[in-house]
Amino acid sequence: MDGLANTVQQVFNEPACGKNQGKSDKERKKGCTKALQPGAAAGGCAFDGAKIALQPITDVAHLVHGPIACEGNSWDNRGAKSSGPLLYRTGFTTDINETDVVFGGEKRLFRAIKEILAKYDPPAVFVYQTCVTALIGDDIEALCKAASARFGRPVIPVNAPGFVGSKNLGNKLAGEALLEYVIGTQEPEYTTPYDINIIGEYNLAGELWQVKPLLAELGIRVLACISGDARYREVASAHRARAAMMVCSKAMINVARKMEERYAIPFFEGSFYGVSDMSEALREIARLLIARGAPADLAERAEALIAREEARAWTRLDAYRPRLKGKRALLITGGVKSWSVVAALQEIGVEIVGTSVKKSTKEDKERIKKIMGDEAHMIEDMTPREMYKLLKDARADIMLSGGRSQFVALKAKVPWLDINQERHHAYAGYDGMVALVGEIDKALYNPIWAQVRRPAPWDTETVS
Amino acid sequence: MNAPATLRDRATGPATKACTVNPLKMSQPLGAALAFLGIAGSMPVFHGSQGCTAFGLVLFVRHFRESIPLQTTAMNEVTTILGGGENIEKALLNIHKRAKPAFIGIASTGLTETKGDDVAGDLRLIKDAHPELDMPIVYVSTPDYQGAFQDGWAKAVTAIIESMVTPAATVKGQVTILPGCHVTPGDVIELRDIVTAFGLSPIILPDLSGSLDGHVPGDFSPTSLGGTTQAEIARIGASEFAFAIGEQMRPAARALAERTGVPTRIFSSLTGLGAADDLFASLSALSGRPVPDKYRRERSQLVDAMLDAHFFFGGKRVAIGAEPDLLWALGAWCKDMGCEIAAAITTTESPVLVRLVADGVRLGDLEDLEVQAAGCDLLITHSHGRQAAQRLGIPFLRMGPPIFDRLGAAHRVIVGYKGTRDLVFEVGNIFLAHGHELRPDGEGPDVREEHGQGSPVGERACASPGHPDIPPGRLESP
Repeated sequence: MDGLANTVQQVFNEPACGKNQGKSDKERKKGCTKALQPGAAAGGCAFDGAKIALQPITDVAHLVHGPIACEGNSWDNRGAKSSGPLLYRTGFTTDINETDVVFGGEKRLFRAIKEILAKYDPPAVFVYQTCVTALIGDDIEALCKAASARFGRPVIPVNAPGFVGSKNLGNKLAGEALLEYVIGTQEPEYTTPYDINIIGEYNLAGELWQVKPLLAELGIRVLACISGDARYREVASAHRARAAMMVCSKAMINVARKMEERYAIPFFEGSFYGVSDMSEALREIARLLIARGAPADLAERAEALIAREEARAWTRLDAYRPRLKGKRALLITGGVKSWSVVAALQEIGVEIVGTSVKKSTKEDKERIKKIMGDEAHMIEDMTPREMYKLLKDARADIMLSGGRSQFVALKAKVPWLDINQERHHAYAGYDGMVALVGEIDKALYNPIWAQVRRPAPWDTETVS
Repeated sequence: MNAPATLRDRATGPATKACTVNPLKMSQPLGAALAFLGIAGSMPVFHGSQGCTAFGLVLFVRHFRESIPLQTTAMNEVTTILGGGENIEKALLNIHKRAKPAFIGIASTGLTETKGDDVAGDLRLIKDAHPELDMPIVYVSTPDYQGAFQDGWAKAVTAIIESMVTPAATVKGQVTILPGCHVTPGDVIELRDIVTAFGLSPIILPDLSGSLDGHVPGDFSPTSLGGTTQAEIARIGASEFAFAIGEQMRPAARALAERTGVPTRIFSSLTGLGAADDLFASLSALSGRPVPDKYRRERSQLVDAMLDAHFFFGGKRVAIGAEPDLLWALGAWCKDMGCEIAAAITTTESPVLVRLVADGVRLGDLEDLEVQAAGCDLLITHSHGRQAAQRLGIPFLRMGPPIFDRLGAAHRVIVGYKGTRDLVFEVGNIFLAHGHELRPDGEGPDVREEHGQGSPVGERACASPGHPDIPPGRLESP
């Protein structure tokens, strides 16, 4: 556990984090995750975060070392898409029993790795530590090292047991595992001056595929996406990229920063959501690649592509403008979406009632302020009851959030749209923005709303 | 619960395999939480790290498509080492302040069981120190590394009976029903109708039909939307008789009988003509009333359905993966209809499985089921089985939680004459749609054609035959 404690401390010390820079040494040591409130907490644990960040690597076996709860209750619940291998969707767990708790689970884990390699032959096995096996002292680092040596195949320990902290910390610990054991261990077959990494993009609902063709048109190759639709080999050779884009700073800033430090790969933070953000991302990618030696005409080609795509997107979006102008939306999400989606919706005339900033960084909040003019619409924390009341009082026409709070809206008979990990529609890039607006329009104008809000004919009381 | 030797001999479970692949099983605390959700004004709490709760929450939300009240003691590394009493106290006070529940159910997890927290002791101290916590708080020990979902449910119901039910003078016509975790909210509604039709008044513990039957309440509630009320629980001791559904409920039924002297009976299944006959005959005898005309008609419809459908069931090879009581209900019914149980995989030990006429009931996972289901005519398991069914190219029936890729899971009904009749038609139609007809070229119809349940387009796009994620060699017997 000493190793883990050190890693956690390192992650808390992240120098690229602006918020961290403002703290004293002592404050910094305390770490950045707020203590979770018993009886008032929601969201996943560090193990959950680590699994979310790495599972989109599609060709490896993701083995969870713990009791059935950690994998049996959670597998197969996210929509990261693969263009090829499907092994990442297979649930592997040691499903430890009472005997293992008493005598240790290392032998079972070792045999489990052996079975997986024999039956499924993956390029690597990722082993996830969980609370119970951490508590009984199973040393997955040593075991993975021994297994790698014995079987001649990378076996990667992901040491992020649930109880060390939040989902967000787990994202970063997953990044540490990649930095420590994966990135830089293989060489790409060839390199080009147009090779980039995309960090913190999980290809949920296939969103990466809304961006990749645009990059391809400019000749830009995604050497590795960490980790959406990734192959083990791509991540292992990611250190040869010329530049990187970090999509979600909360998740993997440590990966972007350390890769810059170790391999001199410059990075910027951007978003694929919204027309202007997408254009900005293309510009930045081109700029960084040119700075690293790509031909200067890349910038002009990027501008030409941007002009064409923006014009096309606006033409398509304009059709929705009269239908959506003045509609009020409530946004319950986090991270980059809290501002990038706001910006996107404002572009077509949707009014933002509020956007949650619970999971947003200082920079995220700055951006919201810039877009919306003041802080009035930033929601720090809103209980479901408050959300329900706000919607019931018809102060918003639609709510955009993750799946867990959908019923707050639906039971208030207010349109709702999923913009988190379980969504079925992809909203990235220019096409994605058009798709998002199309979905909002579909939700708002569905004829069921008038029907379900109408009270039963025999009911005298008025129900809104 | 120790399984009889016969089951143990037949079961070749995880002992031979170190790695569980594609789990069929869900953990005990989840089962306990679902039972607690069947109590009115309830807030279930997991004593563990916050991920334990998050996973359970997401799973139930996806299955029921409802808001799920579920809280956590949010244990971290330090509080785990020091002991969780303080976190339980904070959690209870926070929940009381924010949600004002009428009932709190606490389930332990693997984390806190490994540490060995004395939750019962902690609770006594907390209750003494905080008289404002005047709602019933029921605790159940449910380590994740033992048993499975149905064990957690059974333990929670037993704990509720042991801590809240007291003897009382018998009220004529009052019945207690103890459903197992495989009984859906829809099944509970059907059962209540049946029992009420005999002039009996049922108390159902726990009652998911009040809380998870998918309705739109007038206002927002941070706790469960309905369920067995405390007043009802207080009256359980006055029931004339009680019956439990599923072998898993035997300990709960026994606890009830011991505490109150109420005579109890266990129905291992309510699906199938014989099983339903047994229920209706018992209710008739106990109430002293004849079976109502409505149900006589339903019985006749079921008999007709069986006659019409049997052509398509005879000799069909069925593979089932389910928790023991659901496996028994479905397996026994499939046998009744003339099918052969070619594979039976379950999650936890249960004496009922000895009675299942199958080649062998195995404690295992969906990988085991997939291996054995090759060449079968139907695969029955929860939604996670869809990938296996697709790879095998055989029709798939979703049964038991989680069913996250279909609507209406809560309203499925398979109990009684009508429930069985609908099941006969549903499965019969699947067989009908996949019948083999000879063709001039000697090939049968494409069995990959989806049956009535359909398949999400995205799934198909992913499962491109050009990229099998499992090498073909692995489908040989292990």
